[in-house]
Amino acid sequence: MIPEDETSDDTPARLPANVKATVVIMANRCKGCMFCVEFCPTDALEMSREMNAKGYHYPELTRPDQCNGCNLCGMLCPDFAIYGYFEKLRK
Amino acid sequence: MNHPEPPLRRNPVEGMLRIDRMPHIWCSGCGIGTSVNCFAHALEKSRVEHDKVAIVSGIGCSGRVAGYLEFDSFHTTHGRAIPFAIGLKLANPELKVIVYSGDGDLIAIGGNHFIHAARRNVDITVICINNFNYGMTGGQMAPTAPLGSIATTTPYGNLEPPFNLAHLADSSGAVFVARYTTYHVRKLAKVMREAILKPGFSFVEVLAPCPTLFGRRNRIGDGLAAQKIFKELGKIADGTPTAEATIDLQNGPIVLGKFIDRDRTPFLKRYHDEMTRVLGEKFVPYGFGETTIADIEGEKAEDHEEWY
Amino acid sequence: MLKAHAAGVLTGNHFINGDNACAEGAIAAGCRFAAGYPITPSTEIVEHLAQRFPLVGGLFVQLEDELAASIAVLGASWGGAKSMTVTSGPGMSLMQEHIGLAAMTETPSVFVDVQRGGPSTGLPTLPAQQDVMQARWGSHGDYGIVALAPNSPQECFDLTIEAFNMSELYRTPVILLMDEVVGHMLEKVVIPPADRIAQVGRKFTKRPPGEYRPYEVTEDMVPCMAPVGHGYNFHVTGLTHDEHGYPVMTAEAQDKLIRRLVAKIRDNEESLRRYEMLYDGEPILVISYGITSRVTHRAIVDARGAGVRAGHLRLKTIWPFPEKLLDSVLAQGSVRHIVVPEINMGQLVLEVQRVAAGRASIHHVSHAGGAVHPPSVIRDVILEVGR
Repeated sequence: MIPEDETSDDTPARLPANVKATVVIMANRCKGCMFCVEFCPTDALEMSREMNAKGYHYPELTRPDQCNGCNLCGMLCPDFAIYGYFEKLRK
Repeated sequence: MNHPEPPLRRNPVEGMLRIDRMPHIWCSGCGIGTSVNCFAHALEKSRVEHDKVAIVSGIGCSGRVAGYLEFDSFHTTHGRAIPFAIGLKLANPELKVIVYSGDGDLIAIGGNHFIHAARRNVDITVICINNFNYGMTGGQMAPTAPLGSIATTTPYGNLEPPFNLAHLADSSGAVFVARYTTYHVRKLAKVMREAILKPGFSFVEVLAPCPTLFGRRNRIGDGLAAQKIFKELGKIADGTPTAEATIDLQNGPIVLGKFIDRDRTPFLKRYHDEMTRVLGEKFVPYGFGETTIADIEGEKAEDHEEWY
Repeated sequence: MLKAHAAGVLTGNHFINGDNACAEGAIAAGCRFAAGYPITPSTEIVEHLAQRFPLVGGLFVQLEDELAASIAVLGASWGGAKSMTVTSGPGMSLMQEHIGLAAMTETPSVFVDVQRGGPSTGLPTLPAQQDVMQARWGSHGDYGIVALAPNSPQECFDLTIEAFNMSELYRTPVILLMDEVVGHMLEKVVIPPADRIAQVGRKFTKRPPGEYRPYEVTEDMVPCMAPVGHGYNFHVTGLTHDEHGYPVMTAEAQDKLIRRLVAKIRDNEESLRRYEMLYDGEPILVISYGITSRVTHRAIVDARGAGVRAGHLRLKTIWPFPEKLLDSVLAQGSVRHIVVPEINMGQLVLEVQRVAAGRASIHHVSHAGGAVHPPSVIRDVILEVGR
């Protein structure tokens, strides 16, 4: 489990080897606010070069190994366009 | 190293949204959507039965929240979400009634209802999105607008000192008062959960960017810039006396935290207890089945202690 | 049809005033929530409820103003309770926005207006009938409204029950237009046994949550409601909305919705109208309502005694104005003159003029407010017309 740091919201954490994490991005919902990219504690996201149908750049998981599934991006997103999670994988 | 994909999981928040109505109307970088996101997490963690949740909103950008959450929801008139919620709650005390609205709606036109509901300690939770202006109508001055800030109705600078909403809620008797920003999402969700579970009038002030209007006119920049200001100048200080919990968007600090968490008898419980005392057996409690007032209003957040 | 819960019904003969009778009528109708704010001459109603409700399982709360009271009633109605609020002229003005909200969201609710002299603070302790047009048009926008006018404490009891029933049947706010004299006069009120009082229950949907449409257009133009707290996840908004209840701000949606809201009331005139016709077929017809009808009756008796043949159409339902009824009366061909006495400068008479459309001469007996017409004043107008 990711411990909650009382003093800051951007808490990086290391995952054990059998726990994997990722984000799901719904690019068509994104309005390009960049909260997720800016505040991702592990710097796993970048804004795309492409634009969605509404003309916004959207986030991409360009450094997936760095993602710890903390879902800070998911909670920050005003448009429900991204969320992250982690799962314990079977051996 | 190849990063193996974990199995695809659905966003747990989506079940609480009216997905058929997405995308919502809020601007890019607006904080309202973030607050709704936190609220959904908080509601999930509170384990309140979804069927019993009722959302009541007023008019304004924040007032549109009722239309996007998948619960029994009511989009009422400007400033009057709280008395509607009072009627709803008193007629159906089993409901968990959440008022979700903006600073102009709740504190200007709705100000009278706000202070009286806090005084009465009706068991409702009020989430107030404070973006320092009237957004929906184009960015007019609000009672929370910082002194000197620019708005369409104060083009030469606001001449009126703003209300300190936390202090207003505290002075009126609210049992739970907390303030966070849309940057502090985890803390925000945590206090929202506590507010939802707290019996009595609980109040959460959420500072949010309004990039299209307040942010633009006051050279704050876009939503991201406002979030950075919240991060930089935000000072978390639980228990600060509310009169000292000030907000200075230019130089800081923006005092945040859980300020008030006290116990006062909720309105219906007092009604029930006093009527029983005065009328004895002649008192016929307002009927809603076998559940008693104590069952509904006796729950505390501690009873649901859980890591967030 | 439900039967009134016996615990709420004070069966028997009483000597009480109209305000108290109205409160008892509400209790007998199944009202169990009231929110109010003190305002003369209506305050006795909420005082009565404050005292009686805890004994019958009701809840009354005095709120901080009429704005709060009028919307708390709507919240409570959605919560499942039959709800009402009580006020007089100045408070009625404040409540208009929420009467409009009730009409737009089709929320069953009862608004009692014990009319007093106006405008503004006016004559707090004296009667008038000056809120007739406000009851119809007071809120902004187009909508239909139901308004009833009792003329005695007994009718205050009876018509309050009718008001609640109509509000449930048509999912509409209903206004009870009392006045200070009817509210404060003491008369015999007979309250029947509970099993003789019919309550109309709320029209809840039979569909499960997935298939329910909150504002579905049905044949009777009245959509079914869903109970809050049962997983229907419905949305109610004052914005123009579609069948799902979601805001749709287009002219097409407006056309569909507003035409139905107006027709829902107007086209149900026959089932909503309540009236009394005395001495049908005379050349002079006096149309009156509320307290004025009491002195009008005396005036007509006196006039007939003097040889002038006048009839009396007493309206208990003011809105929707009984157009078809008046049409059918005029179609009989005997009426040459219509006399309309009312304690205002001309409100219901405008409707009479409109519907009569020249088929009879209209004679208005106005009164600026503050007292009831002496019967002789109305009698003299009838005699004058009769010559």
